Amino acid sequence: MSQDFLFQAVIYLLAAVVAVPVAKRAGLGSVLGYLLAGVVIGPSVLNLVGQVEDVQHVAEFGVVMMLFVVGLELRPSLLWRLRGPILGTGSAQVVFTAAGVTGLGLLCGLAWPVALTVGLTLAMSSTAIVIQSLAERGVLNTRGGQACFSVLLFQDIAVIPILAVLPWLAEINGGSAGHGGGAEAHGHESALAHLPPWAQTLSTIGAVVAVVIVTHYFLRYVFRYVAASKLREMFTVVALLVVAGVAWLMHLVGLSAALGTFIAGVVLAESEYRHQLEADVEPFKGLLLGLFFIAVGAGLNLGLVAAQPGLIASLVIGLVGVKFLVLLLLGLGFRLGAGSSLLFACALAQGGEFCFVLLGMGGQLGLLTPDVSAPLSAAVALSMTLTPLLLIVNDRLIQPRFAKLTPKREADAVESHDNPIILAGFGRFGHIVGRLLQANGFGVTVLDNDPDQVEMLGRFGLRSFYGDASRADLLAAAGAEKARLFVCAVDDEAKSLEIVDLVQHEFPHLRILARAVNRNHAYELIKRGVSDFRRDTLGSALDLGTDVLRAMGFRAHRAVRATELFRCYEEESVRELAEHASGDQATYISMARQHLENLESVFRQDLKRHHLDTEDAWDTAGPKET
Amino acid sequence: MASRVLILFAHPALHRSRINAALMEAVQGMEGVTFRDLYEEYPTLHVDVETEQELLLEHDVIVWQHPFYWYSAPALLKEWQDVVLEYGFAYGEGGTRLVGKRVLSALTTGGPEEAYQKTGYNRFTMRELLAPFAQTSFLCGMEYLEPFIIHGVRGLTAEQVQEWAQRYRARIAALVAGD
Ligand SMILES: Cc1cc2nc3c(=O)[nH]c(=O)nc-3n(C[C@H](O)[C@H](O)[C@H](O)COP(=O)(O)O)c2cc1C
Repeated sequence: MSQDFLFQAVIYLLAAVVAVPVAKRAGLGSVLGYLLAGVVIGPSVLNLVGQVEDVQHVAEFGVVMMLFVVGLELRPSLLWRLRGPILGTGSAQVVFTAAGVTGLGLLCGLAWPVALTVGLTLAMSSTAIVIQSLAERGVLNTRGGQACFSVLLFQDIAVIPILAVLPWLAEINGGSAGHGGGAEAHGHESALAHLPPWAQTLSTIGAVVAVVIVTHYFLRYVFRYVAASKLREMFTVVALLVVAGVAWLMHLVGLSAALGTFIAGVVLAESEYRHQLEADVEPFKGLLLGLFFIAVGAGLNLGLVAAQPGLIASLVIGLVGVKFLVLLLLGLGFRLGAGSSLLFACALAQGGEFCFVLLGMGGQLGLLTPDVSAPLSAAVALSMTLTPLLLIVNDRLIQPRFAKLTPKREADAVESHDNPIILAGFGRFGHIVGRLLQANGFGVTVLDNDPDQVEMLGRFGLRSFYGDASRADLLAAAGAEKARLFVCAVDDEAKSLEIVDLVQHEFPHLRILARAVNRNHAYELIKRGVSDFRRDTLGSALDLGTDVLRAMGFRAHRAVRATELFRCYEEESVRELAEHASGDQATYISMARQHLENLESVFRQDLKRHHLDTEDAWDTAGPKET
Repeated sequence: MASRVLILFAHPALHRSRINAALMEAVQGMEGVTFRDLYEEYPTLHVDVETEQELLLEHDVIVWQHPFYWYSAPALLKEWQDVVLEYGFAYGEGGTRLVGKRVLSALTTGGPEEAYQKTGYNRFTMRELLAPFAQTSFLCGMEYLEPFIIHGVRGLTAEQVQEWAQRYRARIAALVAGD
């Protein structure tokens, strides 16, 4: 490993560690922290990092992973519901923004093909910044958030035809471009370049269909097989392999890798491995995305800004201004309501990572001269840095006004993955609890770490997710932050206690209800302050005991009463003995024996007590003399 | 025309019963009579409303047979009334399904007959104390018949118990016959 690499790694990580927590604490959000860290270590300030572009290429994989995770959280049914906003709002945004910017370009004296290129380029927004910022605020599932998401998704799709159109524009402009075609059009070599256009289209569609089919039908077996090996890191490896594989395939056919992994994510959103996948990919996504933001910051050419402050400032203002206005009008036009429209406009009013790609392409094709593309690049980077600030203004100054007017509006469209109950362990015990809850209309997120069990129950239409509930990240992915109850129904004592400890530590707001597999387990739960527990064999043993009593001639109701009395005593005794369980062994044993004897006397007393049949004196009972 | 009689019997500790056990035996297996032991059906007090309502619809006379506990019925019979006599079924809007049926209270008391007088230590007559049962029947459009009451049951001799059992059987037979 070269020393230089290590030095670079140290610089990047250090910058993140220093800047991000500070930014977050100051209420600026992590994105701004990364961007600022990037600016500081970049060539314009400290100049500690070398080739920013290289890092940026690696880091773009973070954006790809982010869309995979976004896809995982979006069921196909929800995506289908969003088709209107994606096609309607999304296309309107691209068309109107491009038109507005092109118009400004023409006014500034650009030739029309150049102006149109700039317009199409700047219509793009930053998926990475917007989604990360909205997710951090927890508004991704609101109306405004979903509108943003829809537009971003449409842009991801729109990039493809835009890339195809650029060479053609270059030709009209009389530039040096060769014949338009896949190869140049996609910036990176497409493996399909030599094919005729119809075959290219067919292969592209074929690739997407292949991704859907393989992910939907085939991957579950791979996951299951790997999960059964019980090697935790293998699952992570497979998860990363899926993301990388899909990204590579999409690249190969000239599609956006982010779009491809997004589709794979959506398909897997229905899978029982969803939460585990999310938990495994999440840290990589976070890391790479952070790196991506730093790279964007480092790529900001402050020298240029200093040299032409007036030009850059007017470009930024023009860019943000036009986008903001178009978005605001669209939001109102599509009836998002004023509050959501403003969020929508603030969030998407910037250039995005695609702008860099498109500007680069434009340069290569001779469409854009450096004196056009360099200031635009700087303006785009600056507009990206402005977004977190705009969102803060929106949070603090704009939204509070609407909060009072329309109190519940934003919450409407929330997709309720946010179940109030998390159930760990969906085996012979847990599935009964789970079914009872579901039958009574409670949403339950079920986790189980036996892939076969998950598979089997899935065949009977019971939804559960594969995953190890003793991992904090997995619990977080399963929605532990928002849940209210945690039901621990795993069959292994040590595992159960590990999970209880973790939940108490990481998610103290969750009320825990637990299955105890034996007396000792019960004692341990009591020691941890978990008083809502049930010993797993007690209930059914008492039920059978009741049946035996009936078979011996007890009347049904009498048998039930006898059983209930026994249960009360039994539960009382466990709680009393718990205090002595961890102490001196001899005391515990003598206590336990004492309780057994007590039990006998309870029964003898019960026989004497003759429920409902004491020597009644109803024939002689007068009111007491006073 | 013969009536179909449904006896709803509620005794939480039949293994200790003397009189009700005898009454129960006397009417067992009678033609036109359905005997339903509620505590045996619902030992956990979870009453199946649908089944009970269907049974009501299939009969013309309903008998509430029970020992007199704290001037009322044992808990399960009250639970039965609470959940089975639903709004829209037994009373209220559309609640006409029981109209025209007849109701008999058949009960046994520890206290002697004299005690159930204004001047006795129970201070109220049986008719007064049974007002909730009578009014429940009335609201459901059912006729509340003259109750069948055995007083001072502890003092009964074995023969007297048998006599009462036969009298009970005769009363039920008369209901089946339609008077
Ligand atoms: C809990 C309880 C409450 C009772 N309340 C009364 C009462 O209010 N008035 C009364 O006369 N007898 C009362 N008794 C006496 C019962 O009515 C009497 O024991 C019963 O009718 C005997 O019937 P059996 O032999 O079938 O059990 C009560 C008995 C019990 C156990």
